Amino acid sequence: MSDSKAVTRRNFLYISTAAFSAAGAAAIGIPLVSQMNPDASVKALASTEVDVSTIVPGQSITVLWRGKPVFIRRRTEVEIAEAKEVKIEDLPDPEIDDNRVQNPEWLVMVGICTHLGCIPLGNKGDYNGWFCPCHGSHYDTSGRIRKGPAPTNLEIPDYVFLDDNTIKIG
Amino acid sequence: MSTDYKPQSAVAKWIDKRLPLITLFNGHLMQYPTPKNLNYWWTFGGILTFCLVTQIITGLVLAMHYIADADLAFSSVEHIMRDVNYGWLLRYIHANGASMFFIAVYIHMARSLFYGSYKEPRELIWIIGVFIFLLMIATAFMGYVLPWGQMSFWGATVITNLFSAIPVFGESITNWLWGGYSVGSPLLTRFFTLHYLLPFLIFGLVILHVWALHVPGNNNPEGIDVVQGSQDTVPFHPHYVVKDVFALLIFMIIFAGFVFFTPNLLGHTDNYIQANPLQTPEHIVPEWYFLPFYAILRAIPDKLGGVIMMVSAIAILAFLPWLDTSKVRSAKYRPLFKQFYWIFLANFLLLGYLGAQPAEGIYVIISRIATIYYFVHFVIILPVLGFVEKTKPLPKSISEPVLNEKERAVKAATASA
Repeated sequence: MSDSKAVTRRNFLYISTAAFSAAGAAAIGIPLVSQMNPDASVKALASTEVDVSTIVPGQSITVLWRGKPVFIRRRTEVEIAEAKEVKIEDLPDPEIDDNRVQNPEWLVMVGICTHLGCIPLGNKGDYNGWFCPCHGSHYDTSGRIRKGPAPTNLEIPDYVFLDDNTIKIG
Repeated sequence: MSTDYKPQSAVAKWIDKRLPLITLFNGHLMQYPTPKNLNYWWTFGGILTFCLVTQIITGLVLAMHYIADADLAFSSVEHIMRDVNYGWLLRYIHANGASMFFIAVYIHMARSLFYGSYKEPRELIWIIGVFIFLLMIATAFMGYVLPWGQMSFWGATVITNLFSAIPVFGESITNWLWGGYSVGSPLLTRFFTLHYLLPFLIFGLVILHVWALHVPGNNNPEGIDVVQGSQDTVPFHPHYVVKDVFALLIFMIIFAGFVFFTPNLLGHTDNYIQANPLQTPEHIVPEWYFLPFYAILRAIPDKLGGVIMMVSAIAILAFLPWLDTSKVRSAKYRPLFKQFYWIFLANFLLLGYLGAQPAEGIYVIISRIATIYYFVHFVIILPVLGFVEKTKPLPKSISEPVLNEKERAVKAATASA
């Protein structure tokens, strides 16, 4: 067979059948995979509004946002000063305090240890901030990791001050 | 299954020596010798496999969102329809998939009846098939209960109450089924559990069904034995793979037509009303695929009798290989049987129509006649036909009927010369 290398009708049919089957399988895969993503009822709850008018300096509250705890702390002057004085070289995950707050008095962050997902305890640890009891991560008054296994600072969620007393998270 | 397949690559050889999976698939899905004259009625086995797999996959993902609790089931289904990504698509595929499954299985069974595929040596294939059909009925019924609409609830009530017809133990059996004194959460939860389990049992029976089929090989439209490995047969792949896939594509287009253009045509609007234990809908009907059997149930003016006849209407199928006394398989060569076959089919469709009508007046009388005829077909006509019918002469091979007169004449001439 001299023309054995030539493209035959059968080659064409095999390849086009396989190509159509692959495209069809991929198209079927989309709904089957997508159905596990957050659905419309979950997305509808994706933002939370919080009234912070009753919080006094030095006090913090924890609110639930997307099923996760969010710490809202009204920091004292001392805590703000402590957070601003830290040398950037001393930080495992360097970030200045100004980049972590919109208003220095209010620290809003996701209360989940960046190590393995536990919830750190407030007013604890070597840096007067948060301490995670699971594996001993210490966070400072800006929620930055200072000591322990956690790789990064506590996450800051998207939020806006709707007015002086209301924060919308998400 | 004999196969001359030899694994080529080192990996294939290593696996095949330890677990001859590739050889198994090669033997049964590629080289399997298949009669060369199978028509499109033979493609429904593959189509049914597709239906089963579709139901299992879509059912699996629906179960990720469904909640089997009487207070939450209805709203969880609405949640699937409105909130879950592509939930409407998955549910409509699953709901219409059940109907498509039954369309295919009825055609598949009608094919067997016409061409005598249930006869020796294929009795067990047929009997396993009857069990698959029974499991399909149970699975479809319990699945229909899960959305917990009015039809779900009252369908479940009516069908579980059938068991109360059993003498003496009827009431304790129904209370045991319900896990209470009426249809409620306990029943819904156990139906969900069983609805999830049964398709896998069906899958197991399908494997036995195909295994049993691959021992004698396929029947064929002529209903005569083919000589294995002769020119009567062709390898399953590519000949019947291509034919099955083509038929499957046509089937999928119709399926998609239902799903995308008229997804609720085969359902009942009352099932979009949440179950209300204090009010029965005005007109209760089961899903279309149960209607013929429902008509038989209602035709009998006695509670226990109706249940017995309905169950018998399905159970009698298992005895078909012995009720049909004729040795000739295909209706092509049984002129009398062929007529009775079409009458039987028309009668079955009539029963389906009657099942959808109110149980009153003329409909009841016609239902009774049709019910009697259904059983007469099996217990009188089929056994008697085998003795009195003068069948046509069978061809010597499956090739013979397709050769026209002229070719046959030429062949005869050359043979004698």
